[in-house]
Order: sequence, then structure tokens, then C-alpha cells
Amino acid sequence: MNRLPETPSQTVGPYFSMRLAGEGENRLAPAGTPGERLRVEGRVLDGDRAHIEDALLEIWQANAGGRYRHADDTRDEIALEEGFTGFGRAASDFSTGEYWFETVKPGPVPDPEGEWQAPHLNVVIQARGMLLPSFTRIYFSDEAAANDHDMVLRMVPAARRSTLIAQLVEGTTDPHVYRFDFKFQGDDETVFFDF
Amino acid sequence: MSEPLIRHYGPKAYDDHPPFRYPDYKSTVKRSPEHGMVRIVQTLSETTGPGPAWSEAASVTADDADLTTNAGTGAAAIGERIIVTGRVLDGGGAGIPGMLVEIWQANASGRYAHWRETAFPAPLDPNFLGVGQCVTDADGVYRFTTVKPGPYPWGNHPNAWRPAHIHFSIMGPTLGSRLVSQMYFPGDPLLPLDPIYNSAPAHSRERMISVYDHDVTIENWALGYRWDIVLRGPTATPFEDGEHR
Repeated sequence: MNRLPETPSQTVGPYFSMRLAGEGENRLAPAGTPGERLRVEGRVLDGDRAHIEDALLEIWQANAGGRYRHADDTRDEIALEEGFTGFGRAASDFSTGEYWFETVKPGPVPDPEGEWQAPHLNVVIQARGMLLPSFTRIYFSDEAAANDHDMVLRMVPAARRSTLIAQLVEGTTDPHVYRFDFKFQGDDETVFFDF
Repeated sequence: MSEPLIRHYGPKAYDDHPPFRYPDYKSTVKRSPEHGMVRIVQTLSETTGPGPAWSEAASVTADDADLTTNAGTGAAAIGERIIVTGRVLDGGGAGIPGMLVEIWQANASGRYAHWRETAFPAPLDPNFLGVGQCVTDADGVYRFTTVKPGPYPWGNHPNAWRPAHIHFSIMGPTLGSRLVSQMYFPGDPLLPLDPIYNSAPAHSRERMISVYDHDVTIENWALGYRWDIVLRGPTATPFEDGEHR
């Protein structure tokens, strides 16, 4: 089978917010969506640990029941909710570098061996100065037991796993607030995935 | 419980893409990862993706694909009116239907209608927003009417100018097929001088240049350009259970 070569990737540049990451795209779950409400927030940091003022963050997640809204997730016995696609976009704030998403905690999704993955958000990061998207995941600090058994986390060198775990902010309840900074370069660089 | 489908995808063809770090494009130096990526197994999280649901949820109208009028002012944008069309294809050459294509661009003077653009003293066009969207048809075809964007200066190096380009964003069928690229125009004298264009390997960068297509050109109305977009995957050969990559 002859393969067509992929169209090369290019940077989103400084002006993507003309079109992408519009108002409200970082609020995934309308009122009434089942699940534990959460807010994840943080910054994207460059090699000097300066915040990236024009990052585009995209998340893809299962619903609270653990199902993706996608034709290949054929588990019809798990309900999908109207108005929840599982996709969100955010642009970092130009002055502070802060991004945030409000959503519900995803349920467990099976891994290829039939075990359960820990709850996670799949993340794609792009920005001016990034010629390719970077893929990673956000896990949650209050899911320690599930994280320990997660097939993907176990593929990450143990010393670097903590770069993938969002920290619950003490005292937050509804929503739970988690902090997660994405770091490019350095010993504590966020783990990025090839799959 | 029913078993979800795991449709594996072949590895991303990194050799066809720019590197993360390309020092001639200065902003990449501090914004590129420096550890190698960690290879992971493809799970349902990777073999699904937001493209189909996002495309379905987008409320797209035919007006959204005409950037010469979608500012809604009742007057047309100024510039060389063009048609830009092509197909969104998977690696096997099949058209991908129902996929949202989002674009943004400078106006005919090379000015972006974005609050950050303050340095370049080119005029804004009140009748041009520079953004559009459409959904691919059953054959994977997208089609926009717009004006040809102008080149514009940027601060990467002395007397730096970006060649005329239109930004394209497509989520694709799975998480790994996410693509943001830029469409360029044939014969642009700025292409050999542009580090962003040239960040793509020599064997693949010309795939970002549209072709002039007289069959797309509409008499007494607009010139036509054709640009096909090839996304990653799916894999050519099925994988055995438990095997990945």
C-alpha cells in the first residue's frame, strides 16, 4: 500500500486566537453534566521558566463514566451526555501566562490489557515557536492508587512521573482545583509522549 | 461489557515534519522539549480524538467559508479574491468527511485583525475578519472564498518577512492526527528566505505550497488554488493483539 506523505506541521503563530480558543471553549461541562467538578489551572513555561504568553492548550477526555465521544469507543452501555464533547481549548493569558479549564473528572478508561487507566486528561500544546504539537497527559494527585497501576504512567521513568500529576489545591471542594504547569526543557521538563 | 475498538495508528512520520528545535526560527530555541519523547502504548485515549465530536458540535454555516463577506458588514473585503479548495486525506488517500477545517490569515495588506498586531503600519480592512470555517463533504473536500493574504514583517531577524500564507487547523479522526499547518502560494519569492517554511525538511516542504488550478478559477470572479492536506494514519497493516508501534 502506497502511503501519502503527511503534510508538514507548522507553528500556530501569535494570532491563533483569532480563530481558536474562543470564549467558553475552556468550559467543557455545562451545568447538570454528571461528575465531580474540577478546575485545572497553571502555566506553560519555557526553557528560562518564563511563562509562554501565547500557548494554545487542548484537552481531550472521557466523561465521568469513562467513555469517549468517538465512534471507536463502542461501549454503548455507558451513557454520553448532550453538550459534553470531552474537548476543550484554552489560550494562556497574555499577561500572566495562566490557563484554566473547568470540566468534570474523567472516569476510568480501559487499557489494551483490560486493566483500568487512572483518570487523565489528554493534552496537546502548541504555541508560537513550536513547530509541532506536544502531547502529554494530566493525572490527579488524589488518585494515587490508580496512578500507581496506570499502564502509561508505568512506561514513564519513575523519576519523571511527578511531572504528569496535577496537584490538588488544599481546601478546594466544588470545584476541586488542581495546579499543573507544563515545563519545556530542564531536569523537571514535563514528559511528552510519542505514540 | 462490550470491547471498545482499538484501531492502531502507525508511528507519526516525524521525518516529514520540522524538528521541535530549529534555531533559524529563534522562538523555537526556548520553547522546544529537550528530553526525548517517551514512547507509550496506544490506548483508547490515543486512538479516539476530538475531531469528529468537535466538528459535529460546531455550528457551521455556508457563510462561514466566505471570508470576503463573513464580517457581516454588507460590504466585501478588499483584495485579490481567491478560491482555496482541496481534500483532507488520510495516509491511504481516502478523503476524510465531516471534518472541521478552521483557518485564519492576514488581510490583503498583510495585517492581522488581532489586538497584538500593532507594529506593522498596514491598514485594517473593516470588512475582513480573516477567519473562516467549513466542514469537509463526503469526499473530504473543503472550500473557502477569501482574499489573498499579503506578506508581513516579523522580528525574527533583520528585514524578515513572512511569505503570504493561510493558517489551517484540523483535529483529524484521532488525537494523534492533530495538524496545524500553513498553506503557501506558488512562486512566492519570500519562501526561500522564510525559516518557518524552511523548517520543514527539503523533501516535504513543497507539500505546503498550493497549486494554481485554472479549473477552480471562476470566470470574472476569482482565481483558484488547490491544496490537499494529508493527515497521519491509519496504519497500513493491522497490528497483532498487544503489539504497538
